[in-house]
Amino acid sequence: MSESSLKAAKRPRTDMPTQPPMERIRNYLEVALGYTEADAMAEAGRCIQCKKPLCRKGCPVEIDIKGFIGQLQKGDLPGAYKVLRDYNSLPAVCGRVCPQETQCEGECILGKNPEKTGGPVAIGRLERYVADTFAARLAAGDSACIQLTGEAACRMERPELRVACIGGGPASLTVAGYLAALGIKVTVYEALHEVGGVLVYGIPEFRLPKDIVRREIDAMKALGVEFKTNWVGGKAITVQELFEEGYKAVFIGVGAGLPQFLKVPGENSIGVFSANEYLTRVNLGRAYDFPNHDTPIFKADNVAVIGAGNVAMDAARTALRLGAKTVSIVYRRTKDEMPARHEELEHAIEEGVVLRCLCGPMECLADENKRLTGLKVQKMCLGEPDASGRRRPVAIEGETEVIPVELAVIAVGTRPNPILLEATKGLKLNKWGYIEADAETGETSIHNVFAGGDIVTGAATVISAMGAGRKSAKEIAKRLLGMDL
Amino acid sequence: MSYRILEKKVLIPGQTTLLVVDAPHVAKHAKPGNFVILRTSDKGERIPLTIADCDPEAGTVSIVFLVVGKSTAELNTFEEGMSLPDFCGPLGKPTHIEKQGTVICVGGGTGVAAMHHIAKGHAAMGNQVVAIIGARNKDLLLFCSELGSFCPEVLVATDDGSVGHKGFVTEVLKQRLDEDKNISEVVAIGPVPMMEAVAKVTKPYGVKTTVSLNAIMVDGIGMCGACRCTVGGETKFACVDGPEFDGHTVDFAELRMRLGQFRPQEQESMALFQHKCKCAEGK
Repeated sequence: MSESSLKAAKRPRTDMPTQPPMERIRNYLEVALGYTEADAMAEAGRCIQCKKPLCRKGCPVEIDIKGFIGQLQKGDLPGAYKVLRDYNSLPAVCGRVCPQETQCEGECILGKNPEKTGGPVAIGRLERYVADTFAARLAAGDSACIQLTGEAACRMERPELRVACIGGGPASLTVAGYLAALGIKVTVYEALHEVGGVLVYGIPEFRLPKDIVRREIDAMKALGVEFKTNWVGGKAITVQELFEEGYKAVFIGVGAGLPQFLKVPGENSIGVFSANEYLTRVNLGRAYDFPNHDTPIFKADNVAVIGAGNVAMDAARTALRLGAKTVSIVYRRTKDEMPARHEELEHAIEEGVVLRCLCGPMECLADENKRLTGLKVQKMCLGEPDASGRRRPVAIEGETEVIPVELAVIAVGTRPNPILLEATKGLKLNKWGYIEADAETGETSIHNVFAGGDIVTGAATVISAMGAGRKSAKEIAKRLLGMDL
Repeated sequence: MSYRILEKKVLIPGQTTLLVVDAPHVAKHAKPGNFVILRTSDKGERIPLTIADCDPEAGTVSIVFLVVGKSTAELNTFEEGMSLPDFCGPLGKPTHIEKQGTVICVGGGTGVAAMHHIAKGHAAMGNQVVAIIGARNKDLLLFCSELGSFCPEVLVATDDGSVGHKGFVTEVLKQRLDEDKNISEVVAIGPVPMMEAVAKVTKPYGVKTTVSLNAIMVDGIGMCGACRCTVGGETKFACVDGPEFDGHTVDFAELRMRLGQFRPQEQESMALFQHKCKCAEGK
């Protein structure tokens, strides 16, 4: 390692410019503003180009991180983009929503001794920079192929080879993008009226602008991917019918959409929402723009969000933007155990979200009109570690508290949506009700029917869904084109 | 993809309308009891409507709606030849239909339309269907002749007695249950108070009673739980566990309350829509 690169590595991570907290809670615009060219070059310069890079092992799709940052160091933006695209179909999305601290950045050698080095390379921020800047520099006449693959021309179209994807989220979009670039004709059947799955109904605009998702989808459309919205797999079309219509393979990426509730008294009171409902109304329905958009949302001064994952942070920060005065995260364990992405938690705290740790919800209290007035919680302390390795919350006998709120959002996870599964004979499920799929190919118990994403693993991340989509897409391409890729 | 309106029939001027929509894949799979979710514009909200009839060969689905708020008022501005941007279905579990003897189908208000599809399903299965329909007066009665084409009996109740029994459908139902002890099932679709009243009437007779719950929905595919209701002490989602449930175990009071949760916003939205319409008319 040269003297100068060591020196660069010792510089602190380059900060991401953001909207100031008190300003951003009054709008719905993106919080993190993205690196400037100078920021990106400074940060890329911190990467020491390890001989045996550890970062790559932390990435669910094994992006050649050293490779793309190396191109960036040389100032070759298209080159950097091409490397990203070889592994990741949605880099602008992943740069924004991946939990890098537990993946690539968690493995970065510079993170092992942060006092001496200034912390891990900000890989996610660089990924976002490359994807956004490349897209911004595309000329109007450039082919969609260059956006999808980084190459100027795609393979010849093979319209006789048709593949159907059920569900229009990250897993299916990955399959569609990958196969379309190989000339295979893909149709995506999406149940909602907009394509994107969780990227559209779940993740808020201030964290992932919908234009970014649309840009990716438009590129796929330009390559011949057909999107059929309002088609519920298992209701409007079955897997069997897809094969009868001539599709050669089917990919199931329907997500784990059913919300869990707490099963505490008063949970059906007015003012208690699942995070899915709350976020779908605001994001898919644009309820933040009511009555200009028709979907209404419930506004309240005092809000409790139950749960401490990314979805909980999204709900809490959405409530602030809708005008809430106090928003609390109610969680049974402590801040250290919170599963949310580090940056989301930090942003939430900056914006004024209060953490009420060691509180387990007991009851939703309501007035005579069944409108929520408060959340009764059991005070907890931490006991021995449980099966997940986290210390188990234990109730402190007799210690309860009432948090006065008019709105409660429940963000404690999801279950598999059974609609398609019940309608598909011969599809083998595991004991939790998720689809059993081959770990290498994603193939299910039905020949040429593949599955990936949350419907196989249970609720996980965008990038792991994409990783699964990629594996299935490779296998489908191999079978249809008879080539090993 | 858009969904063309092939036919529009005003059933009650300014109030209730029937639309026949071109949606072959929905028509192919739709069964009695299913519903659709539609939007009227790209800023529209997703609203559920029960399927009133479908014709798989023609590829059409019929819906009947009552103008109750902004979305239905806007839907009522659609004319033949225009297209709906979004029309998603069929959704929900279909009605459980088996050969079982005599079934009484009770419908009130716009609910008669949804009941019609279910009654038709029972008749097709070979069940004897007795239809009991109600409205405020004879001009507001829906689907009377359509039901007459396959139901041996169509009993009518009107508030003012302008046709049939003067009073409520529940009174006609009670009389019918007293006369005939071999009723295997009662199906009731209509306003919540009507369904609740029907369930109350049938309870002492021990007759299986099915109601269809018109809960507020967002996605209609089980993702959000907006439509949750308590049935037999358990939380169920009307969109995927229903919309039909055992009327004797539904918590109607909770359903009524949950149906009113967005009333202020609904009024605001409707007022704005009416204002815009007036401006457009130059008033």
